[in-house]
Amino acid sequence: MPPEPVLSLAFAIVAGLVLGGSVAAVSCRNRVHAGLFLAVALVGLALVFLRMGAEFLGFIQILVYVGAVAVLIVFAILLTRGSDSAHERRSNAPGIGIGLAVLLWGVLAWGILHRSPGAIATPSPPPSMAVRDLGERLLREELLPLQTVGLLLTAALIGAALIALPEPGISPRPSGSHGSAGTETPPSSPT
Amino acid sequence: MENLAKNLWVIPLLPLLAATVGTFLPRRLHRVTAGLSVAALATAAILAAAAFLSVVRGGALYSNVPWFETGTLSVRVGWILDPLSAAMLLMITVVGTLIFIFSTGYMAEDPDSGRFFCFLSLFAAAMLGLILSNSLLLLFICWELVGLASYLLIGFWYSRPPAADAARKAFLTTRIGDLGFLVGLIWLYSESGTVLFYDQGAGCLEPAALSGIAGRATAGGLALGTAISLLLFCGAVGKSGQLPLHVWLPDAMEGPTPVSALIHAATMVAAGVFLMARMFPLVALGGSAELPAPALVVMAWTGALTALFGALTAVAQTDIKRILAYSTISQLGFMMMGLATGGPAVGMVHLLTHAFFKALLFLGAGSVIHGCHGEQDIRHLGGLRRRMPLTFATYAVGMMALSGVPVFFSGFWSKDAILHSLSHWAPSRVPFLLGVLTAAVTAFYMTRQMIYVFAGTSRGPDSAHAHEGSPVLTVPLGILAGASIALSAVTTPFRPWLEHFLSPASTPSESGSVWGILILSALACGAGLAAGGILYRNLGVALKTGRDPLERWVPRMYTLMRDRFRFDEFYRATLVKWVGAAAWISAALDQSLGSVFRDLASFAASAGSWLSRTVDQGVLNASFDDGCQAARDAGGLLSRTHDGQPQRSLRILIAGVIALAAGLLFLATS
Amino acid sequence: MSAATLHLLLAAAMFCIGLAGALCRRNAILVLIGIELMLNAANLNFLTFWKYGPQPQPLDGPVFVLFSVAIAAAEAAVGLALIIAIHRRYRTTQLEEISRLRG
Repeated sequence: MPPEPVLSLAFAIVAGLVLGGSVAAVSCRNRVHAGLFLAVALVGLALVFLRMGAEFLGFIQILVYVGAVAVLIVFAILLTRGSDSAHERRSNAPGIGIGLAVLLWGVLAWGILHRSPGAIATPSPPPSMAVRDLGERLLREELLPLQTVGLLLTAALIGAALIALPEPGISPRPSGSHGSAGTETPPSSPT
Repeated sequence: MENLAKNLWVIPLLPLLAATVGTFLPRRLHRVTAGLSVAALATAAILAAAAFLSVVRGGALYSNVPWFETGTLSVRVGWILDPLSAAMLLMITVVGTLIFIFSTGYMAEDPDSGRFFCFLSLFAAAMLGLILSNSLLLLFICWELVGLASYLLIGFWYSRPPAADAARKAFLTTRIGDLGFLVGLIWLYSESGTVLFYDQGAGCLEPAALSGIAGRATAGGLALGTAISLLLFCGAVGKSGQLPLHVWLPDAMEGPTPVSALIHAATMVAAGVFLMARMFPLVALGGSAELPAPALVVMAWTGALTALFGALTAVAQTDIKRILAYSTISQLGFMMMGLATGGPAVGMVHLLTHAFFKALLFLGAGSVIHGCHGEQDIRHLGGLRRRMPLTFATYAVGMMALSGVPVFFSGFWSKDAILHSLSHWAPSRVPFLLGVLTAAVTAFYMTRQMIYVFAGTSRGPDSAHAHEGSPVLTVPLGILAGASIALSAVTTPFRPWLEHFLSPASTPSESGSVWGILILSALACGAGLAAGGILYRNLGVALKTGRDPLERWVPRMYTLMRDRFRFDEFYRATLVKWVGAAAWISAALDQSLGSVFRDLASFAASAGSWLSRTVDQGVLNASFDDGCQAARDAGGLLSRTHDGQPQRSLRILIAGVIALAAGLLFLATS
Repeated sequence: MSAATLHLLLAAAMFCIGLAGALCRRNAILVLIGIELMLNAANLNFLTFWKYGPQPQPLDGPVFVLFSVAIAAAEAAVGLALIIAIHRRYRTTQLEEISRLRG
């Protein structure tokens, strides 16, 4: 594999995509836009994965995060819109939060730059990731965790559907307001 | 034979399966549940008979299996089939099956009878597990399970407050004893390293472990074996209704009558006696014929006092089931005495015969209650001899067996064996005298009850229209009555087959002393019968004054006995009150202070205010108010950290993370 | 500055941005967005060490990432369902107003 320049233009672009998307996602006042910017940041991260040679994970990232989680978040934003936007204030003590985050980044960066650079910098033979190897690893050594995760996902889906069911005592929202269709009982509820 | 021991678990499994299946059957199928329970236990009874016969032929065997392992700790459980467990097994399954059949008739009109049979089957499974267990741990688990089943069944009619209260009382009272049991179990495990009874020489009841325990003393000079035995005996005291933890047993009569017959007469309450018999090698450690082990002395005295107390209390009760309940307490005391003075066989023989005739008496009482539309007060019964002849005949058999009427009734012989061993007990003659007195009182109160219930003419509207129940009710009575008589064939001192079976080592007693005790026992019984007959011969006339004949004769004693020697009042005035006060204080603290932080803060502030008050007496009130205000302020300040705002908590968390990361990095780089 | 360092710095930055969002935003869904960003930053760290770090086991990093993605998906589903249920009940998704459990 040809040696890649440390700070290539491509890396700068995808890193910019990730960071810009992230910053926009957490700072945007419009919640729908925030959800969309999250998708942008996650696409950027998928591109980082692709560049690192983890093609499979990059596509997984796009499929699961951009295709499912981000879309789910956008849906949730749409469903819950309208009731409380009137008295929404901008942020909850932004100074403290941002200050803490910057402080943490400072500590981490200091650690990354100064703590035992040798261990990280030694370029070992760049690993490749054949999907076949990954599959064999998952289905042989990691079979039990894999099944457990499957169970967890099933339980989470059933639980999510149950939690989101309308409670008997709560009347559905009056028709005409935003997102009333989403509060109906899902047709395939497990109960 | 080896297969038999390995597959013993099938016997408790059958009722457990019935309970499990019954749980999931819909409520309207309660007849199916009942049939399933009866079938399961009847099958278990057949298997138990096979197991019993194999023990008669071959002797004891056991089998252990690993249960779970964590690290170096390997816990094993096992099943044991020795004469002790085989006899108990047969008794429980046979008596249990008969009681189950009786219940199908007794509970037929109850819409919840499906639940009833589930609980009963659960109980049977746990009880059989307790009997067959070869591990003290497994025995303890089943012990708690029968306690749970007992709780559920006493409170079966939970919508009636007395039943719910009685269930709680039974559960909590036995829990006190079980705490001792648990501590004893853990102690035994830590000393012997195993909870298996028999394990090819390595079990805790085998000579190697026993000799390791013998001769060692704990704090206060108490022998180690004695200390553990006494702790285990605590559990037996709670379960078997011995003084002073007997108070739950009479109240347990709030449960359905078949429950009283099965759990609170025949099987569960005898589990304490069984436990002591099972642990007998440990309990008797370090004792000899002249100087018995201290634990045995304690058991004998407890049993003697309990026996007399129960019998005296039974004299003055008016509820047909409570009389039997106190009688059970008294007989359990007899068993403990027999166990402590004559070895496990003597106590266990009485346990087995008692199970049959006491189950018979309870089922007879159930038949009376069923026939009289729920009337339980013997003052309103009477004259049932002609209306319920079958019940009368079988009840009379049970009554004579309990009273110890000579020759034909098993209770006579088993009680005689206990009196015999008491008469040879070296430490003291008093338990023997108490035993003879108890035997006489037993005959007396049973005569009283018979006359009240069956003689004369009816004294209430319900008993006037009494009717005999269906064969489902009367056939079990007949079988139990037959068994009560037939058991005497294997329990006489002239042919003590059962005693030898239970303990092959016991020496046959010399016939001379046998005759002396036999005659004394018969005399005591006769005296009790005669006194009862004479005192209550004109019951109808006496009751016109509204007072019991005995009450007119010895009014103060009668009142004391009717009030059960005021045990409940004593506990209510002391223990219950103290606990209640502690609970009230805790609740008040809890309500006024709210959270732990505020508790601490207010404690500190109160301490501060107390200081300032002592320093400055002149402004006492003001400083106290200041202290309270300080407490309130401090509490309010600290409660702000619990404000339901996750982001504030998160901020503190992140600040901690940053500090931790910075600290670690600093340490690593410097 | 090596590629590993760059990727780690990127991951740390992404994590801190997500953290700032989780700390500051009032809306529960936006807090959830911040948490998703933090999770993804962790995934990037796994892959960085897989790619550039010492490798005792060739596929440890990707396997971790796969499981992490699956669990994050479950977390998002349950979290959003909770937010919708809360919204239906209290007519709000503002974190500060959902404080029934305060001490």
